[in-house]
Amino acid sequence: MTRILSPGTTAPDFTLPVTPDQRLSLRDLRGQPVVLAFYPADWSPVCGDQMALYNEILPEFQKYKAEVLGVSVDGPWCHAAFARDRHLHFPLLSDFEPKGAVAKAYGAYRDKEGVCERALFVIDEEGLIFWSYLSPVAVNPGAEGILEALENLQKKGHSDGQLESSRRAS
Amino acid sequence: MANLKVPVAPADHVLGDENAPVTLVEYGDYECPHCGHAHPIVKALKKHFGKQLRFVYRHFPLTQIHPHAETAAEAAEFAGVNGRFWDMHDGIFENQDRLSVALLAELAEELELSAEDLAAAVESGEFAPVVKAQFLGGVRSGVNGTPTFFINGYRYEGMHEFEDLVEAIDAVLAESQSGRRRAG
Repeated sequence: MTRILSPGTTAPDFTLPVTPDQRLSLRDLRGQPVVLAFYPADWSPVCGDQMALYNEILPEFQKYKAEVLGVSVDGPWCHAAFARDRHLHFPLLSDFEPKGAVAKAYGAYRDKEGVCERALFVIDEEGLIFWSYLSPVAVNPGAEGILEALENLQKKGHSDGQLESSRRAS
Repeated sequence: MANLKVPVAPADHVLGDENAPVTLVEYGDYECPHCGHAHPIVKALKKHFGKQLRFVYRHFPLTQIHPHAETAAEAAEFAGVNGRFWDMHDGIFENQDRLSVALLAELAEELELSAEDLAAAVESGEFAPVVKAQFLGGVRSGVNGTPTFFINGYRYEGMHEFEDLVEAIDAVLAESQSGRRRAG
């Protein structure tokens, strides 16, 4: 049984290939919410595909200024072909070498199969995990949980902001 | 799993009796082969259950993998304002293997609707907000692919074959009947 990192935990930083010659670090995205979606493999069946769904909902995620990152153990060339084939407009990261190291840090690795879990994390502007969800590996978890978390994060931000300004006022 | 967050409303495309004890809602994509497969099954369900079943169809086009899905959904909405939603809906699914802009124009003309008006509506994006609203409602209800069915507001997790759906609907019917007996 895997235990994924829970809300309140600092999101482990990582630097992973995003294309065959570019790398992306989590810390570079400080100041905006990050949606981290671990998934088992590229090329799963088309219509129920999780990444295709996130691709479609991208404008909604962008309303919350959230950056969506897909993560699997597939190599960057595989990701490139997959992203091109499915017209994906968000980065897919390769947790390829050492294999699954980032997924393991998040508690989202399946040792037996050697792939990532279907695990979702919403990371806040300061790099803390705000929400996490582990889906049964055969079930596409959809997007409603992520959207709800982003909405709650935004509300929390607003109330914190109000608190700040009322403090300043007094 | 998530349940239906957007209740069936007058703006929906509804087939069947308003007072039917069972409502089946489908989120579908006109270019999705699984939805194409489910289409005759849904028709058979309607026939099988008659007045006991109400069917609602909502759009969930995955436009990045299905280049014609959005246009087809808008064409169905276009036909809908002319009172021909279900004819267009059937026409699209029955000709899914040759889905194209030309096919949609052809279907419109068969329904004695103007193919030019259809092209203009698609060009101006007249029905895009309606389709988008249905899509986003689906996302909120946890729709993660197509087809996704809800039976009386509860997400159906089984296979999309006739026998499986009949069994699930029968179970809901039995429940609603025993509920009614208890109430009466």
